[in-house]
Amino acid sequence: MEALGLLLQGFQVLLTVDKLLLMMLGLTLGVFVGVLPGLGGPNGVAILLPLTFSMDPTSAIVMLSCIYWGALFGGAITSILFNIPGEAWSVATTFDGYPMAQKGQAAEALTAAFTSSFVGSLAAVLLITFVAPSVAGFALRFGPPEFFAVYLLTFCSFVGLGREARHKIVISMTLGLLLTGIGMDTVSGQLRMTFGFTDLLRGINFLVAVIGLFGISEILLTMEERLALRGHAARISLKVVFRTWASLPRYWATLARSAVIGCWLGVTPGGAIAASFMGYNLAKRFARDKTGFGKGRIDGVLAPETAAHAAGTAALLPMLALGIPGSGTAAILLGGLMVWGLNPGPLMFVEHKEFVWGTIASMYLGNVVGLVLVLSTVPLFAAVLRVPFAAIAPMIIVSCAIGAYAIQNAMFDVWLMLGFGVLGYVFKKLDIPLAPLTLALVLGNRAEDAFRLSMIGSGGDLRVFWSNGLVGTLTTLALLLLFWPAITGLVSRAGRLVRADA
Amino acid sequence: MSSHDSATPPSHDGPIRSRTLVRTSTVDLITCALLLGLAALLGWDSWRTGAAWAPDGPEAGYFPFYLALLLGAASLFGMARAILSHDVITEAFLTRDQIGRVAAVFLPTLAFVLLTQVLGIYVASFLLVAGFMTVVGRIRWWISLFTAVVFSGLMFAVFEIAFNVIMPKGPLEAAFGY
Repeated sequence: MEALGLLLQGFQVLLTVDKLLLMMLGLTLGVFVGVLPGLGGPNGVAILLPLTFSMDPTSAIVMLSCIYWGALFGGAITSILFNIPGEAWSVATTFDGYPMAQKGQAAEALTAAFTSSFVGSLAAVLLITFVAPSVAGFALRFGPPEFFAVYLLTFCSFVGLGREARHKIVISMTLGLLLTGIGMDTVSGQLRMTFGFTDLLRGINFLVAVIGLFGISEILLTMEERLALRGHAARISLKVVFRTWASLPRYWATLARSAVIGCWLGVTPGGAIAASFMGYNLAKRFARDKTGFGKGRIDGVLAPETAAHAAGTAALLPMLALGIPGSGTAAILLGGLMVWGLNPGPLMFVEHKEFVWGTIASMYLGNVVGLVLVLSTVPLFAAVLRVPFAAIAPMIIVSCAIGAYAIQNAMFDVWLMLGFGVLGYVFKKLDIPLAPLTLALVLGNRAEDAFRLSMIGSGGDLRVFWSNGLVGTLTTLALLLLFWPAITGLVSRAGRLVRADA
Repeated sequence: MSSHDSATPPSHDGPIRSRTLVRTSTVDLITCALLLGLAALLGWDSWRTGAAWAPDGPEAGYFPFYLALLLGAASLFGMARAILSHDVITEAFLTRDQIGRVAAVFLPTLAFVLLTQVLGIYVASFLLVAGFMTVVGRIRWWISLFTAVVFSGLMFAVFEIAFNVIMPKGPLEAAFGY
């Protein structure tokens, strides 16, 4: 198989002392930000991004993805020991994980959580290894209309399938799309919405916005809520690890089910949260003995963790193969890749083969190394939570400022970051989701370019979006998803009418 | 294996509730109004740029103009909802206690960014860490000072020396020849 050979080459790129050291460093930093109150995957990756600016792209992506794995593992620690989910998708882990810690089974719960995250990620990485190349190969035939249709599908699925109030999703998304329009228009060369400010000519950088939206706003929120952090201590001994592992084969069905759900939902945008809850609920429904859920059952930890991590990892599949991030963190990783002039998407599989396969190989290695690392260092990281927040908060603020400045060497960007911090704080408090804004910021320009290139190609004829089976299906599916709530509403009302008639 | 500090969830639902300063519906209304204003501004500017449909597709202002219309419509809808549900939702956006704590981190951050412009990022970060730890965290001054020196020194070593990332610098760095 071609993929296997390329993957082996990827491993060869990685198995050098400095890459492995970077991996360890990334994982440690990742667990650190994952454990810190309020910070999680996207925030951690956004804040630590500037560290990688002077590396070569492969080292940088290895380090960034390891930060991401680390943050995912770290999220489980806070959920189980402190009952504080680091991310929205760790919420389901607290249902049974925290009760287990209360019963004195913290070590078992942590081992179960880490191992099932590992299993989930592994399933998704296998999927990426074998499916991503063919998706990319298929997408190589895409022209601008097809790409625009895929972008449209992504945007529409957010609006149609999102769980927040519809108008809030629209506000978030249109604001993001408008912000990407600021600056020089790439097609006509005209200036747009700059109002004569020279600092706006460059446009609004995606990473500056993300550092503000996620980093600064989280600090404000965490201060406001004044988290009282007191939790259970845990030390994991080798005996507990092996005992827990020995009990896992019994739960193979739960693990497999959750992994499949995770992979499936992860490929669609914003799926990890839904995946973790669905994994949990399905484990509950299929369990032979239904008692004890919510009171500390080990499969109550296994199911959501496997599903969430399978989804979190599978979210990287559309990012690598099509250039469309499946999650907020994937969007930030994508922004990071663009810093080095790498354009994720089908062409990357041809032009930067060694980079793509190095990345995929780093997913395998990062997960294995991460599992060993977190199992052996839990007490250390649990101790991090005892460092006073007053010492950590200013350091995070400084890191954010360094990150925002380093991207374009502009002081204006630091002010912009502060502004986005306030915006993120207000939006989070008003339940206006930030994910559509992030997605719009990273995809906005590409979507507009794709649309206008298709229009130039077709001479301004909109029918180009239905000109062949593929693009027509995609466009129609996008519109269907956009009006999905209205459609399901109509269908159920019609169903009721029919039943009333009968 | 596991011990038992009593794990208390953050307790803001305590018996003594701090007084509501702003209600969520009020902030909702203000935010939507501001967004509406922004939409009007950006929409007007895009109209000026040219928002028509040229023979070869949309002009430069076409997309921003219609996006501004969408944003405006969604904000108007949000305003209407905020007004109509005004007497139903009395949920607190911020209480008096909370605004104090948010200001305690926001104002130093603002000062930090200002100082970065004047003194460079390393001196400013030293002042932020030392000041925040002593004043807000009430941590002993010598611990704060020590942490701040180590942290700023480490940042300088990592970015300026090891990774060659250029940061804003001020008179102090200049005195040492950087």
